[in-house]
Amino acid sequence: MVEALIIENIDSLYGDSHVLHGVNLTLREGALLALLGRNGAGKSTCLSTVMGWLRPRKGRVAVFGQTVSGLSPEAIVAKGVALVPQGRRVFPTLSVRENLVVAHRGRGAWHMERVFDTFPRLRERRSQAAGSLSGGEQQMLAIGRALMGNPRVLLMDEPSEGLAPQIVAEVGRIISSLRAEGLSIVLVEQNLNLALQLADDVAIINTGRVVFTGTAAEMAADHSAVDRHLGVF
Amino acid sequence: MQFWIVQSLNSLAMGGLLFLLSAGFSLIFGLLRIPNLAHGALFMLGAYFGATLLASHMNFWLAALVSGLGVGLIGVVLEAVLLRRLAGNEQGQVLVTLGVAFIIADLCLLTWGGDPMPLGAPRALRPPVFIGGFAFPGYRLVVLGFALVCALLLWLLLERTRLGAMIRAGVDDREMARSVGIPVSRLFSAVFFLGAFLAGVGGVVGGPILSAYPGLDADMLPLALVVVILGGVGSLPGALVGSFIVGGIYNFGSALFPDFAYVVLFLPMVVVLVIKPTGLFGRVLR
Repeated sequence: MVEALIIENIDSLYGDSHVLHGVNLTLREGALLALLGRNGAGKSTCLSTVMGWLRPRKGRVAVFGQTVSGLSPEAIVAKGVALVPQGRRVFPTLSVRENLVVAHRGRGAWHMERVFDTFPRLRERRSQAAGSLSGGEQQMLAIGRALMGNPRVLLMDEPSEGLAPQIVAEVGRIISSLRAEGLSIVLVEQNLNLALQLADDVAIINTGRVVFTGTAAEMAADHSAVDRHLGVF
Repeated sequence: MQFWIVQSLNSLAMGGLLFLLSAGFSLIFGLLRIPNLAHGALFMLGAYFGATLLASHMNFWLAALVSGLGVGLIGVVLEAVLLRRLAGNEQGQVLVTLGVAFIIADLCLLTWGGDPMPLGAPRALRPPVFIGGFAFPGYRLVVLGFALVCALLLWLLLERTRLGAMIRAGVDDREMARSVGIPVSRLFSAVFFLGAFLAGVGGVVGGPILSAYPGLDADMLPLALVVVILGGVGSLPGALVGSFIVGGIYNFGSALFPDFAYVVLFLPMVVVLVIKPTGLFGRVLR
């Protein structure tokens, strides 16, 4: 069976500091891999490397068996990867509709009407500039925009960050339904409860190294791993 | 009274010309994050192309179109052959555009010599227009109208098409635009073509007012720079408003305080930079 995403022995540099050391991660097809770790541990750097924002100094990234490391972000998107970035990064001067239109690709299940059905709030605000939306609405737009690319692998970088609890719960329900549809997802999270509730597999990164991999159940049972690597959760 | 009216009209015509020059300059600046220092040279090249075509009795507007296409093509080649190789090295890209500006200027001198070449306005548009007892130079009204039509078409392109939304997405956040699959390098080509095309057309349309002469490039480039700094990088409304502000300052400044023309021109730019560094319509680009 071909894995959805393989990160193989990656070293990545961000600026002058060496932030990933020989990272190995595997995302199984149709599974949700939660990537945990403290601030600055290298979680976002992992996603940046997969997305082609950073060129790994060594190692390889493969999506459904095809090597993508070294490709441009556009080419990596074409291989079926989509990103919900940290801080949402919707296009602030574009309307909600335009944010979705520019990201549309492929003839998969996702199109604008379906995004609007999933996030009715976005339909109400479709003509509004994305920069004027609330944080929760921007997060929904960022997720909808990623889905418009009809990805096979979805990377999500802290989608619960800075959101009110009921919005976090809504985002959680949506991620869980995407997972149920068979989308393969990497979820970077600081919210341990949310992550463990959604994840099939868990990996913990600490100072640029993978220090734990296992299933969510193994992780929940291993309190020492949580204490050692995640500290004050 | 006549002085104020004529100078106001000249300011508006100059503003229109500056818009043709700086709309593309601003979009390129917004998307590629570099000032294309060859933009003034592209404008001059358009003026010389136009002068040559008009000398062979081509229709004025056809000459403007052909010159624009020629200059647009040169812009695309400049982007694809030189700038793309320096992707990520923004300082190198700026220096290359400066070098290209010098090369174009010298080639123009070599080809067309040092004497100014006049471009005649279309015959039908030469006579003055009388409104309320005052004589207006008719062609300047046409320049103003032409620039406003171009502004409207550009606005429709940017605000009402998917291509336009992609360009604006690239200006907003280039890295994120690439990460939703927007082919940013093809956008670079498109925007470079559009910017160079407009500059080339502007050179011809401005020809009857400015004519084609060595140094036209160096006269125009600072004006484009001031427009974009005033209006905000990558903003079309900013370029339009900035153009008319600079057109007014330039005309009245050189008429009223000829010794301080550059002070009058650059002082507002400095003030805007201090008070609102992103320009009147600008914002922080990612």
